[in-house]
Amino acid sequence: MIEIERITKTYGDVHAVDAVTMTAQTGTITVIVGTSGSGKTTLLRMINRLEEPTSGEVRIKGQSTLATEPHLLRRRIGYAIQGHGLFPHYTVARNIGAVPELLNWPKAKIRARVDELLNLFSMDPAEFRHRYPAELSGGQQQRVGVARALASRPDLMLMDEPFGALDPIIRARAQDDLRRIHKALGSTIMLVTHDMEEAIRLGDRVAVMDEGKLIQHGTPAEIIAQPANGFVADMVGDVERPLRLLSLIPLSDLVEDGAAPGDALPAEASLRDALAACLWTGRNAVPVEHDGAVVGRVTFDAIRARAQIHP
Amino acid sequence: MSIAANRIVAGEGVMAWHLAAPSAVLPGIAAVVAGLLLGLPRAWPRLRFAGSALGLGGLLWLLMRGAPALLDGAGDYARVSPAIGFWCLLLVLMLLMADALVQMTPGPLARGALLAAVLGALALILGSGALSQLSVLQEFASRKAAFADATLRHLGLAFGSLAVAAAFGFPLGIACHRRARLRGATLPALSLLQTIPSLAMFGLMIPLLGWVGDSVPGAQAIGIAGIGFAPAFLALVLYSLLPVVSNTVAGLAAAPPEALEAARGMGMTPRQRLIRVEFPLGLPVILTGLRIVLVQNIGLAVIAGLIGGGGYGTFVFQGLNQTATDLILLGALPTVALALASAIVMDILVDLAGPAQRKSA
Ligand SMILES: Nc1ncnc2c1ncn2[C@@H]1O[C@H](COP(=O)(O)OP(=O)(O)O)[C@@H](O)[C@H]1O
Ligand SMILES: [Mg+2]
Repeated sequence: MIEIERITKTYGDVHAVDAVTMTAQTGTITVIVGTSGSGKTTLLRMINRLEEPTSGEVRIKGQSTLATEPHLLRRRIGYAIQGHGLFPHYTVARNIGAVPELLNWPKAKIRARVDELLNLFSMDPAEFRHRYPAELSGGQQQRVGVARALASRPDLMLMDEPFGALDPIIRARAQDDLRRIHKALGSTIMLVTHDMEEAIRLGDRVAVMDEGKLIQHGTPAEIIAQPANGFVADMVGDVERPLRLLSLIPLSDLVEDGAAPGDALPAEASLRDALAACLWTGRNAVPVEHDGAVVGRVTFDAIRARAQIHP
Repeated sequence: MSIAANRIVAGEGVMAWHLAAPSAVLPGIAAVVAGLLLGLPRAWPRLRFAGSALGLGGLLWLLMRGAPALLDGAGDYARVSPAIGFWCLLLVLMLLMADALVQMTPGPLARGALLAAVLGALALILGSGALSQLSVLQEFASRKAAFADATLRHLGLAFGSLAVAAAFGFPLGIACHRRARLRGATLPALSLLQTIPSLAMFGLMIPLLGWVGDSVPGAQAIGIAGIGFAPAFLALVLYSLLPVVSNTVAGLAAAPPEALEAARGMGMTPRQRLIRVEFPLGLPVILTGLRIVLVQNIGLAVIAGLIGGGGYGTFVFQGLNQTATDLILLGALPTVALALASAIVMDILVDLAGPAQRKSA
């Protein structure tokens, strides 16, 4: 559990971060979202003490971060940044093994861990281990950057706009990768982005910041359905709010008995996918399947009713 | 080629084809002409390289055959030396060779092997005595011990001042890299030092170190005096500081900011960042600084001869005083060779230091 308590950072007269209090549960993804200059990066960097707070405190598993020397603290916390920050003169393997090397892991253990991570990110170790960053595509560099942050199995991962430099398709794949890997590893992640779409896709909790203050902290559904003020509503985007909400709800929530024409959708697909299928093929309902067997249907009317609950 | 009655008077020119019997000079002339023809077309660098090598061989042949033939019966004090035509041809052929090499872009190891081959061939030719009748080498023969001594002195001046400058310059460069204010004060001061003309600098050393030698007890015992090795050495060190420090600063600043941020974020201490990230990424630039210093000091050390610092400069200034061109060449040629060889070796090191990033960049 990460507890952030009334943490503040001022630069001269500027309150970059203004008395932010927030708790992140172990094993969850918290996404900090806000416009540029709202203090997200500063907040994140105070957690691993790349910036020292003006006042306030951060506790990890109940222990204040001030109790550990900064560089030792940072070796326990994964850190991934926009533009990956890979060392150009290190091979992929040495880049990923950098933190374990600082922690004096035995060589064989580092090698095994590097291969494990490359496999996890669908990069063949035999092919990529000995390459230099300049010999990778942008998407591969970014994956190596995240793999490096994960290398020493940190309980906590900090990620500052890790996908910011990627084009939309690669970016969506990277987000899926992150969710899959998070499920497999179960570490706590704090991720910064300026993209509300990304926040809603990735976050178990979303924290919205504006001018250094924490405006709202809740589940993606809460943020969409009950934005705390006009700023949050703007960030979510009024026109897209119903669609964003539907994208969070799986078909299994609304499935009912009955038949429907056409191709079936999997139960994990979202209501947004079902709505799109209805509109595109002119159907009033779509069949829902689970483990290959049709288990019922979701109707257009039910989807509409669900989207209307929130005015 | 030119022949002179003794080493002082001006010689009179002799055309290549009058050097000796036609059968003796013809192969040499043919090789030079063929070499130039082969070297001209731009499209085939290998051919151009072979041509320049052939042409140089031809020049060598002419020297070896021509010198004894001219001296034959010309008197004991007669001197033979290559004349303007020889030097021009030598220059053209070497330019052709350098140009071919640039086009062929050999790897660092190939260049190293080539340098070793050229030096080996040079040593073999000089050692074999085939050219010993040339006037420069006659000067050498009469000064073998002095030449060996001058070589040691010259190397000591150039490499010693480099080592001392590096020993002071690296820490200073690192400190300047960390603190912008120190950098702002240091670099202009060192630039100012650099702008002092070399003769003035050596001149300044004389009263300065003379005073130190006279007033600090024990200083004279370790060789500190107004003239000699110490002031020359110190002047060279001062000249070397700017390139070392500024290239260290530039090299350390070359690491990408994201990489440094990541290094800090993963828990590297400032020292680890310096050793693992900043230094290796800056190494090519830092070595370039050392290369500048080395080549510069090999050249400047000649001037040290003027204040009794020893080295090849001794011959150059003796030669200037006696208007003995051969003596000047005896000092100048090895200096040029040394500077060229050092530059090539350092370039190879610079290339070896940065292969990783350059591979696909
Ligand atoms: N080192 C610094 N010195 C002065 N002001 C800073 C510094 N770092 C950040 N700021 C200011 O703090 C505010 C928040 O910055 P930042 O945390 O980088 O925002 P974000 O990551 O949300 O774009 C901005 O107004 C920025 O100008
Ligand atoms: Mg930021």
